[in-house]
Amino acid sequence: GKNEYDLLVIGGGSGGLACAKEAAQFGRKVAVLDYVEPSPRGTTWGLGGTCVNVGCIPKKLMHQAALLGSALKDAQHYGWNMSQPVHHTWSVMAQGVQNYVKSLNWGHRVQLQDKKVKYFNIKGRFSDPHTVRGLTKAGKETVVTADNIVIATGGRPKYPTHITGALEYGITSDDLFWLKESPGKTLPSFVLYVSLECAGFLTGIGLDTTVMMRSIPLRGFDQASHISKKKQICFTTQQQMASLVTEHMESYGTKFLKRCIPTKVEKLKNNRLQVTWKNADLNTEETDSFDTVMWAVGRVPDTKTLNLETVGVKTNSETGKIIVDASEATSVPHIYAVGDITEGRPELTPTAIAAGKLLAQRLFGHSSELMDYDSVPTTVFTPLEYGCVGLSEEAAVQCHGSDNIEVYHAYYKPLEFTVAERDATQCYVKMVCLREREQRILGLHFIGPNAGEVIQGFALGIKCGATYPQLMKTVGIHPTCAEEVTKLHITKRSGLDATVTGC
Amino acid sequence: SVQAHKEEDNPLNTMEANGLAPVPDSYDYDLIVIGGGSGGLAAAKEAAKYEKKVMVLDFVTPTPQGSSWGLGGTCVNVGCIPKKLMHQAALLGQALQDSRKFGWQFTEEVKHNWMTMTEAVQNYIGSLNWGYRVALRDTKVTYENAYGEFVGPHTIKATNKKGIEKLYTAARFIIATGERPRYLGIPGDKEYCISSDDLFSLPYCPGKTLVVGASYVALECAGFLAGLGLDVTVMVRSILLRGFDQDMANKIGEYMKEHGVKFIREFVPIKVEQVEEGTPGILKVTAKSTTGDQMIEGEYNTVLLAIGRDPCTRKIGLDKVGVNINEKTGKIPVNDEEQTNVPHIYAVGDILQGKLELTPVAIQAGRLLVRRLYAGETTKCDYVNVPTTVFTPLEYGACGYSEETAVEKFGEENIEVYHSNFWPLEWTVPSRDNNKCYAKIICNIQDNERVIGFHVLGPNAGEVTQGFAAAIKCGLTKEQLDSTIGIHPVCAEV
Repeated sequence: GKNEYDLLVIGGGSGGLACAKEAAQFGRKVAVLDYVEPSPRGTTWGLGGTCVNVGCIPKKLMHQAALLGSALKDAQHYGWNMSQPVHHTWSVMAQGVQNYVKSLNWGHRVQLQDKKVKYFNIKGRFSDPHTVRGLTKAGKETVVTADNIVIATGGRPKYPTHITGALEYGITSDDLFWLKESPGKTLPSFVLYVSLECAGFLTGIGLDTTVMMRSIPLRGFDQASHISKKKQICFTTQQQMASLVTEHMESYGTKFLKRCIPTKVEKLKNNRLQVTWKNADLNTEETDSFDTVMWAVGRVPDTKTLNLETVGVKTNSETGKIIVDASEATSVPHIYAVGDITEGRPELTPTAIAAGKLLAQRLFGHSSELMDYDSVPTTVFTPLEYGCVGLSEEAAVQCHGSDNIEVYHAYYKPLEFTVAERDATQCYVKMVCLREREQRILGLHFIGPNAGEVIQGFALGIKCGATYPQLMKTVGIHPTCAEEVTKLHITKRSGLDATVTGC
Repeated sequence: SVQAHKEEDNPLNTMEANGLAPVPDSYDYDLIVIGGGSGGLAAAKEAAKYEKKVMVLDFVTPTPQGSSWGLGGTCVNVGCIPKKLMHQAALLGQALQDSRKFGWQFTEEVKHNWMTMTEAVQNYIGSLNWGYRVALRDTKVTYENAYGEFVGPHTIKATNKKGIEKLYTAARFIIATGERPRYLGIPGDKEYCISSDDLFSLPYCPGKTLVVGASYVALECAGFLAGLGLDVTVMVRSILLRGFDQDMANKIGEYMKEHGVKFIREFVPIKVEQVEEGTPGILKVTAKSTTGDQMIEGEYNTVLLAIGRDPCTRKIGLDKVGVNINEKTGKIPVNDEEQTNVPHIYAVGDILQGKLELTPVAIQAGRLLVRRLYAGETTKCDYVNVPTTVFTPLEYGACGYSEETAVEKFGEENIEVYHSNFWPLEWTVPSRDNNKCYAKIICNIQDNERVIGFHVLGPNAGEVTQGFAAAIKCGLTKEQLDSTIGIHPVCAEV
């Protein structure tokens, strides 16, 4: 035999593990390499990748902690005798979250073992198209050879190294979820969904939080701008939705420093951090002190140490991401890539998993099914959640022209907010449809509680080519927020008041 | 007298009442809607859009306990709305428990105050009643708080609270009188028991409660009462949630049992006696086994009857105008255009035979009916694949066939059931049940594995189910389901 393994997967995250486990189902000899380079702060974690350790999972759990804070306030209105205000202890939450994440790390190791996938905790680099070498933590060199190799090393947060003190004193999401002590007064900087989500739950658990943003919130990711119009993920240039989300956060207590650019971070004698920034509107320099500065300025693919140039795997010179075709193949035969590391793909766990599985099925299961990246639903878990699927309004206008699309919308009030006396000003749903013939639905956007739960089923509908009339024929479930989607009838074009008024 | 006055104003109507041919232009109204609930109000407001002269008659006969309420019907006053709010109160109780594990600190045991909740709920309902009155006024729909009954083919007698009678005539009528809870017909039921009609405005905490029945009303009420900290027992004659997928029904029951609700199976109460007066007092319930001679007794502060609902069709003069009703059930059979056997008399909502008793269905039917009558539209109400949700402590959302009916209709070998347990991420940290949430879809193998049934048991089941219902309406197949990416991490992605 030539190569030791049928398949080697570099990167034990969502995409990598899904691919490896699927390949093992076909009786193949599979190995997975996973290694976490500690963050500048020294944070590290176990098997499972970004989602499990420093992404979706801890994020949603901390978001839940914040939501429970709101629930505690609501509870009083609903008759529960609670003395307010209730205080939050970071370490209790962090321990609960971290313990759960560790159980997932363990679960993944057991699964690999059960499926007879060999796992190496080493940092690999290519020495030739079928050979990867790496050092274990103890310094021992391991060589792995395979017929097929899948690169799924994901990304890591970027540091704005041009800002003095950014690297020395700031943290990123890699560190936030593993902090043992409360981050205190925090400044998550720049505005991507990561920043808003983190700022959201930090505010929700009672911390003084300020978001510093250079320009508009939820600007398209650098990666997203490279996606063709057809496959554009929905939260690119979502001006309207972004402002509703941030408006809510402002009323919720998060402070925003808009059109401000940090210039330096210094450490004070009392160990706090002094941040200096330029206010573009007032053309002044301002300063304030914080306990924690968190950078959320984007993520970069983890490809530098892979030695891709040696084997000829082409990457995008601007983004550093690996260029792949529709079958996830790179420029080198038998080398593939899935997940956040691939150019032009949404950076989402479920797409990485699906792509990884389908790839394994094509390699070893005689399948020819390609991954469909169209109409992928997503949700931003800010205090008031934003879920969407399909085209944004802007993208639809760009694609079809504003005369050819119809936008239906409504401002609604979740029933549960009534007794709780909560402000529902930003609860909003918008549907973008083609204007002619069957009025196919191009995109659906929902801001409100449980946005992910609401959008998921409609994503299926859109996959089936749902039209506006079909949606109107669907009877609503009462009383829910989701039913508002089936009741949409006011168009933006009409200029009429889109506030829902009673049954 | 009022009647004489009326005749003088409309001499032509008297002609008609005396058996002569009606002259259309002389009717008081284009449309009279009897019943100001979900279906009735939707129809009335829609008709007003087409500049029709519309009247709505709404009247609530007080319950045996004396409860009554304002305009809006069951959903708003004694159904969906207060139910969901009290369910939410119970969910918040659970959230309080969870929150400790998420870092929120409070040492005291938190108690619930029934009056605080009920007052807040009633205030909200009051605002809805008011909102409806304003909406009707703004759309120029005439509203009378009076009990309507037919006295002639085009004539309604409306009797208000004070007993004053008026006659009104209309070209067409829509009956939307809905239903009221059924009583057992045993000694002490009307005197001492309450129903859902009373529960949501009860001016005192119900205390230790016996819920009689296994309908979704019974389980939802038992569920939230237990969630608020009350001692709850459910007495079930035979099965839970008749008509629903039994696999799911049993899981719902199991969950409730594990969370403190007691069940007495295969017993029916035969008498209720008062042991002590009070708010609440103490009641003694005697029950007999359905499978033998065994008798049991129990004492409760409150007995809530939730054994079913009966249509309000027996005393509205339908016999006088020849509208057929199902004698046994009281329901009104209609064609697919909601028309009764009398061409100018229609019906919508819970009183319809063979249709689902749901607010959105009534609203949809009412609106489409009116558009067909006055706007030249032809769309009929689509009663197929209507999604529903039962708001028990573990919520259950469903759309399409239950497993049993799918097997019956298509044959076991022609359907494929895909299923999965799941553990909501939010339940992990507080260590809540890790194998109770469940989802299943039923596919028709012979029709491209089309999804014909969707069932989910878990938090926010209604929010999850709504979108799937839309997809099922679009002819969703298993393949399309598989190729749709999940949103992570949410329950719906399962």
